[in-house]
Amino acid sequence: MDGFPFLTAILLAPVAAALIMVFIPRDEGKLIKCIAAMGTFVSLTLSLYVYFNYDMSIGGLQFVEQIPWIRDLGVSYFMAVDGISLPMLLLTNLIGFAAVFASWNVNNRPREFFILFMLLVTGVMGTFIAHDLFIFLLFYEVVVIPIYIMVIIWGSSKRVTKEYAGMKLTIYLLIGSAFLLVGVIAMFMKSVGILGHPDMSFTALAEAGKQLSAFDQKWLFGLMLFGFGSLISMWPFHSWSPDGYAGAPTAVSMIHAGVLKKIGGYGLVKIALVFLPLGAKFWAPVMAVLGVAGVTYAAFGALAQKDLKYIVGYSSVSHMGYVMLAIGSFNLIGINGAVANMFGHGVMAALFFSTIGFIYEKTHTRWIPDMGGLARQTPRLAVAFMLAAMASLGLPGLVTFIPEFTIFVGAFQVYGGLAVIGIAGIILTALYVLRAGANTLFGPPRDEYNHLEDIRGPEMVPLVVLGTVLVVGGLLPSLLFDMINSGAKDIMTHVEGVLKIGGVL
Amino acid sequence: MQLDLSLIVPEIAVAVLAMTVLIFGLIIPAESRQGLGWFTAVTLLGVMGLVIAGWENMGSLYGGLYVVDQYSQFFKIIFLVAAFLVVLGSMRYVDKHLGGQSEYYSLTLFATLGMMVMTSAGDFMTIYLGLELMTIAFVILVCFRRIESKSLEAGMKYVLLAGMSSAVLLYGLSLVYGMTGSVVVSEIGGRLAEVGANPLLMLGLVMLVAGLGFKISAVPFHMWSPDIYEGAPTPVTSFLAVGSKAASFAVLIRIFIVGMQGVALNWELLLALLAAVTIIVGNLVAIPQTNIKRLLAYSSVAQAGYILVGMVALDPEGGVKGIMFYGFLYVFATLGAFTVAAHFYNKTGSDEIKDYAGLAQRSPLMAAVMVVAMLSMAGIPPLAGFVGKFYLFMNIVDNYLWLAFVGLVMSMVSVYYYLRVALVMYRNEPLDETPIAVSGPVSVTLILTMVVTLFLGIYPGPLSEIVNSAAHSFFLH
Repeated sequence: MDGFPFLTAILLAPVAAALIMVFIPRDEGKLIKCIAAMGTFVSLTLSLYVYFNYDMSIGGLQFVEQIPWIRDLGVSYFMAVDGISLPMLLLTNLIGFAAVFASWNVNNRPREFFILFMLLVTGVMGTFIAHDLFIFLLFYEVVVIPIYIMVIIWGSSKRVTKEYAGMKLTIYLLIGSAFLLVGVIAMFMKSVGILGHPDMSFTALAEAGKQLSAFDQKWLFGLMLFGFGSLISMWPFHSWSPDGYAGAPTAVSMIHAGVLKKIGGYGLVKIALVFLPLGAKFWAPVMAVLGVAGVTYAAFGALAQKDLKYIVGYSSVSHMGYVMLAIGSFNLIGINGAVANMFGHGVMAALFFSTIGFIYEKTHTRWIPDMGGLARQTPRLAVAFMLAAMASLGLPGLVTFIPEFTIFVGAFQVYGGLAVIGIAGIILTALYVLRAGANTLFGPPRDEYNHLEDIRGPEMVPLVVLGTVLVVGGLLPSLLFDMINSGAKDIMTHVEGVLKIGGVL
Repeated sequence: MQLDLSLIVPEIAVAVLAMTVLIFGLIIPAESRQGLGWFTAVTLLGVMGLVIAGWENMGSLYGGLYVVDQYSQFFKIIFLVAAFLVVLGSMRYVDKHLGGQSEYYSLTLFATLGMMVMTSAGDFMTIYLGLELMTIAFVILVCFRRIESKSLEAGMKYVLLAGMSSAVLLYGLSLVYGMTGSVVVSEIGGRLAEVGANPLLMLGLVMLVAGLGFKISAVPFHMWSPDIYEGAPTPVTSFLAVGSKAASFAVLIRIFIVGMQGVALNWELLLALLAAVTIIVGNLVAIPQTNIKRLLAYSSVAQAGYILVGMVALDPEGGVKGIMFYGFLYVFATLGAFTVAAHFYNKTGSDEIKDYAGLAQRSPLMAAVMVVAMLSMAGIPPLAGFVGKFYLFMNIVDNYLWLAFVGLVMSMVSVYYYLRVALVMYRNEPLDETPIAVSGPVSVTLILTMVVTLFLGIYPGPLSEIVNSAAHSFFLH
């Protein structure tokens, strides 16, 4: 199976599903959902195959496909995975597959919904497997439009209207990406000057980055930090995140909180850090401080909320603060923790949003004071909720515990005080997550919810798939960490190599 | 000196064609003139074939008065493609609303001829000749709906303002001629170096920028365009937005980059400021518009700003290349959007954005084409606009970094008003459920513009190579 283009197949399976859907009558909702499930299932199976066949002893880029694409820009269709991108690819497909089932009850214009959703999943996957900056950008921005359309048609208006939420989400990310784009274009032009020919592949740009002056590296990294930072909802550019998730339909919240905002962290690690190590070193304390500020600010924000989606929205900002702190600690342990935490949080946030989506579907409210005792009426839903809640506060034995622990180990070596504040954030997390769980699930059951049906059939899939990953990843952390470590080691070796040369010069 | 007339076969063909269509109009009875549109469209394709066949055939005529290089050929292809799509998309519109088919198509062809002359013109006289041929044809086309006052008003405005801008341009040209003693563009550069900077020359240059700035509707010379775009028949508007603008850019590039390159007059800074103001004002004023044609008019003002960015590139060849690439895809995006607007007007009699409610359900094709066209103008991948902006902005990050910020941030702002249209088309339920049928020639135009916009966004390689060689040929002489 050497020659088989696995990555392209993974990428195109949802596109193929979308193309088939175009030709299906618009009212055949069940068939459309089955095709969507098939498309994401194929991608998921293939990416599992790739994940377990990646040779960690060799490391580096594997499953490489490279075709020249735009000669005068040095762009090639360059697809490859390493230890950082594989967990992200797998995460995308896990969530994509689960989200199809979390949207099983979408009956308003299902064909358009699932076509857009397939495009969204493709765009996200593309960013993680592209090894060419141009192709990366292509996928990076392609996701914005399907999200907007999905929010305004299938979203919900609560505290803010869905039109407002969708537009806020879109404009924030696009403005961020405009600055990122300037940074990328300037980086590319400088690399042309250094290399003597245009080449957009990550490998070539990392080589060119070695020779960039410290000043250039600093301002370029600043632009990328702003661009990627607003995508990962780094404080103070986070305010789109709670509003956006609250307005978005379940599947979009799952994908967005689960993987899309991780593109920000992924870009910081795999692009900004590798291309511009001196710049990264300069900005590292800023990232750490903003990260901790995000952790605490958003945790307090979540404490004040009564809408379930807002709580999870703020909590995801808070968790991404840990990722920023980890990247800012600028060491191997920190990078390991950052990537692993993105994976763990992705699974957890997706499970959380799918559970909230079901609760909202059944009770027609997300307002905590209107709920209570749901554990009696809908026990399986309660299990999913509690599983996600426990993962959110980092219970040992679940996939999120070790990443957070690793982050603190990494951060403590560099910023003792900040790490302590960050750890305090966990207490706040426990506070708001447990309170939300207690007020929603426990206490006296309410009569008006007696008729509720528990999740069953296809609705169980998100719980089973994501719950399994939460537990298995927690019990066998080496499955995840060996992979990430093999990728992070390469990155830090490169970065430290560059810094040493810089020191001598 | 030997005249190689084979160089100007396409121009001769268009001129003959324009007169033939006029004569056909005299011979054929009024009720059976519908076929003239098809005749024009097909023969335009033939002329395009002639230009492509003569791609390697370069040279100049009449001592540098008329220059045929791949640069001008490329622009000619742009005009011919635009004319082809406009004719194809406007057949039903002309039959239903305008009448006078033979005059309409003939004037469209004359305008095309004017544009072709403009891009090949090597001296001031020829430039002006082409410009006036195009402008006069457009003046008549703009007020072609004789029974509607809006159209007449637009025509009147256009005749006055275009006349004034021509006067300004002419004055500028004569000042430059007075200082340098030459009207041949390629000789001016050398003479200017002797003359050096002086106030009269500066005045001349500013007037040139103002005169051509009017044609490309750069801020602050853009005031006319929303009124006239709104009043003119929609197919004419689209041709005006695409053809007239592209031809004026071709002239602007030839005068400034060939004629004034290396002249210490700092016109780059002037153009950079002009570009920034145009991008900002165009995008911001587009936001509150409620009429689709006015919205597209302001967005096309902003587009002119992006194209101007290519004029100040550090590496002129890269800049010209960016302009040509962007110009090519601009044609398809703009014509796609305007054809939807024209067809929508044809069926419903409205240009108001709010009437587009539920268009995604009434005609999925039209809604999709509109969204694709607009997002391409905004520069969202995987559509062609993204690659185009990449080419334009990559050449200025080293000398005008601030302009790159302005351009890219504002293009994200433009997404705001483009998406508002998408919102109305996709989210809102239709007020009137009846599906809008899209007829043969219109659907060909729509599908063609959409496919090309998508294809160029995903696989721009081939076009970028053509543009490369065209831009290279521009700097050979």
